[in-house]
Amino acid sequence: MNTATMVQNQSLELTVSPRLAKNVRRNIKERIIEFILMLAALSAVATTLSIVAILLYESLSFFKTVSVVDFFTDTQWTPLFEDAHYGILPLVSGTLTTSAIALAVAIPIGTIAAIYLSEFASHKTREIVKPILELLVGVPTIVFGYFALLFLTPLLQKIFPELPGFNMLSAGIVMGIMIVPYIASVAEDAMRAVPMSMREGSYAMGATRFQTAIRVVTPAAVSGIVAAYILGISRAVGETMVVAVAAGQQPIVSFNPIESAATITAYIVQVAMGDLPHGSIGYQSIFAAGLVLMVMTLCFNILGHMVRKKYREHY
Amino acid sequence: MSTNTTQDSATTHAAPKASVLKDLDAVRAMIKRHKLNDYIFSLIGLLALMLALLTLLTLFTDLVMDGHERFNLEFFTDFPSRRAAHAGLLSAWVGSALVMLVTFIVAVPMGIGAGLYLEEYAPKNWFSDIIEINVANLAGVPSIIYGLLALGLFVYILDLGQSILTAGLTLGLLILPIVIVSTRESIRAIPIAIREAAYAVGATKWQVVYDHVLKYSYGGILTGVIIGMARALGETAPIITIGALTFIAFLPPSPITEVAPFINFEWLSSGFTVLPIQMFNWLSRPDHAFHINAAATGALIIIVTLLMNGTAIYLRYKIRKNIKW
Amino acid sequence: MVNNMINATTALKAESRNLNFFYADGKQALKGVNMPLYENKITALIGPSGCGKSTFLRCFNRMHDLYPGNKYQGEIVMHPDNTNILEHGVDPIEVRMRISMVFQKPNPFPKSIYENVAYGLRVRGESNKRMLDEKVEEALKGAAIWNEVKDRLQDLAFNLSGGQQQRLCIARALATDPEIMLFDEPTSALDPIATANIEELMSELKEKLTILVVTHNMQQAARVSDYTAYMYLGELMEYDDTNTIFTRPSRKETEDYITGKFG
Repeated sequence: MNTATMVQNQSLELTVSPRLAKNVRRNIKERIIEFILMLAALSAVATTLSIVAILLYESLSFFKTVSVVDFFTDTQWTPLFEDAHYGILPLVSGTLTTSAIALAVAIPIGTIAAIYLSEFASHKTREIVKPILELLVGVPTIVFGYFALLFLTPLLQKIFPELPGFNMLSAGIVMGIMIVPYIASVAEDAMRAVPMSMREGSYAMGATRFQTAIRVVTPAAVSGIVAAYILGISRAVGETMVVAVAAGQQPIVSFNPIESAATITAYIVQVAMGDLPHGSIGYQSIFAAGLVLMVMTLCFNILGHMVRKKYREHY
Repeated sequence: MSTNTTQDSATTHAAPKASVLKDLDAVRAMIKRHKLNDYIFSLIGLLALMLALLTLLTLFTDLVMDGHERFNLEFFTDFPSRRAAHAGLLSAWVGSALVMLVTFIVAVPMGIGAGLYLEEYAPKNWFSDIIEINVANLAGVPSIIYGLLALGLFVYILDLGQSILTAGLTLGLLILPIVIVSTRESIRAIPIAIREAAYAVGATKWQVVYDHVLKYSYGGILTGVIIGMARALGETAPIITIGALTFIAFLPPSPITEVAPFINFEWLSSGFTVLPIQMFNWLSRPDHAFHINAAATGALIIIVTLLMNGTAIYLRYKIRKNIKW
Repeated sequence: MVNNMINATTALKAESRNLNFFYADGKQALKGVNMPLYENKITALIGPSGCGKSTFLRCFNRMHDLYPGNKYQGEIVMHPDNTNILEHGVDPIEVRMRISMVFQKPNPFPKSIYENVAYGLRVRGESNKRMLDEKVEEALKGAAIWNEVKDRLQDLAFNLSGGQQQRLCIARALATDPEIMLFDEPTSALDPIATANIEELMSELKEKLTILVVTHNMQQAARVSDYTAYMYLGELMEYDDTNTIFTRPSRKETEDYITGKFG
């Protein structure tokens, strides 16, 4: 075949050599592939936009009925009652209380475990423990819910007989234990990143292992450690199943762990399980609650990001 | 070798430094005290570590002890029932399997594609920065928010109903960041030299990516996919929000039929339930008999997720050991 | 040789006796090293890369103990108390309280300038503010950096320049009144002016304590030290006063290294 015949190729109108024609076809194929891959990557952006859009959309409808002021100041949350109140404070207090208990458990245990793993444990110990921590992170939360309701609560009731079957203390403690592997893992990574030269400098001054760990390594890794804490906070605030199962369903404004109370997440679950007509105020209320939750976790994520940037160590 | 002769006692030795000698005993005592702190802390540290690890053990033992009487074949082949002793997991585990199938199809191609794009194609500009920020952010979004997204968008606006398809889409989006991140990390581990070698013989970008990059990184990607699927299996909150039915005594229509065209998609729009939801449902009943069922289900879920995660971790360990660039 | 140099004022501060050292992988890094360390003198260790000079230096403050699997054989004896600091029963922490170290790359802690210098004292249990203030000032003066930092003691140490950081590390090592100071290539990461500052500092410091310095830079050894030891492949090839080593070395290997025939 000569060049003229090749030119009959329907995708080209120029006189080009067969080799160049093949190149152009190949180029188009490459471009298409790149485009498809880019679309895949954009899915992340699309997801975020969709989340924001749907939350705002339904919340906007919600706020046509309920005043924003009421939403943030009313101390009762009873959207499904005849005399409906729409104050988010009870749900927020439930979320904050359970999260606070969880962090009171998780931060000390997680940090100490991380320091031990990073500065005291032998290489072999670390090789065994780190994968186990990763496994722990993968345990489904519903299982922890069972643990809180049917193991821990009866146990605690032996100590505090007046503890109700659903209470924030049990849920909070179990949530804390659930978060420990997260905090320990991230904090330990941050500490391992501290260069050996800094430790040598400390040991060379006659410091013990404990002194080096506490006075030098931990301060040096502080931005990573705080980031671990904030990750834990985010996790606690967004946790659903443990609190839905074990903490209770009544929204009340209370910071007393011995009481039973609902969190934002538990409320959403409760409503979703029921029969709510699409478009009703009850239906919209879960989106409003979800919006508040989203804003809270977003704030923590941004805070974490800023803390890391500000205190980034220059080694 | 030339050496100097060591000093004998006739020559002078260093004059004792006052601050050292008189304090030597005091110094030794202080060091002993400080090292005690070392010892105490390592005990506490070990305790803290043990706490995290032993809780899992306690948890699992508790579940097994509570639920062991339901560990029989009927448990897997019975539908849920009003009578606890006859209530089984059939609809739940079939539902879980089908939902995971959809999740896989949604998350894996999109996740790998996104990871490939971000690592191999994306120029370093604000555009790809935004994508990266979004991926990082999505990883931190509570799972129930995904449920709300699904409820509002998939169930109602797109009218996909409270179906397996919706559940699979939701979980697929949920684990998308996991797949993307693990894809990127596996790809990053491949040295530039291999790519350059491929380009040098005239391969196109896609050829390099497909024949070389993907081929070497698929192990790491597989690890991430397994971890993502394990996560999807155990997720409860988003599925509840969509409205998985908690008491269903039927199975979704089978994907494989005897009549042509042999594959149908009716099952996608079917109502369903999954293992964690079934456990949650049984757990929420006041009747203790159902708690036994919940315990057995919980034990099953833990075993499956631990196996999956354990396999993934082992796989990653093996890959790290075997790769010799 | 050395014997001529011994007189009443050259006291022996420490010495290594038949020192062998094995890394965890079995590699022998030091072979039968016998070397004296004279009080109030600067002894320099020179030799090509891998000759074991840093390894030898780090034996003095038991740095190798930080990494499991390392083995010492032989002794390093400190005078006048005649303690073998390599002995099992001797706590490395005790050794490090008597012998301090300045590293190749400055490694200040993520703390203020004041706290960096006070670290060694705090670790020893000293908490009296006035005592600390005094010692910190004394150390910073001794490291010739007091005037530059006296008005910003609470500033983060990281904000200092490289040369200043190294002098800060010297102050830190000085604050605890060590008997011996070890310098591991202290100026290799610094510019010439900072280097000159530190060399001058070392000459001043030797009046108070004993210095052992490892250096890659032969001219530095010639400028600064009183005694020089040439090491090669883990062995001490030659040891003599600096003048002799650099003008009339006894061994051909030494001469080859010094004249740049290899290394």
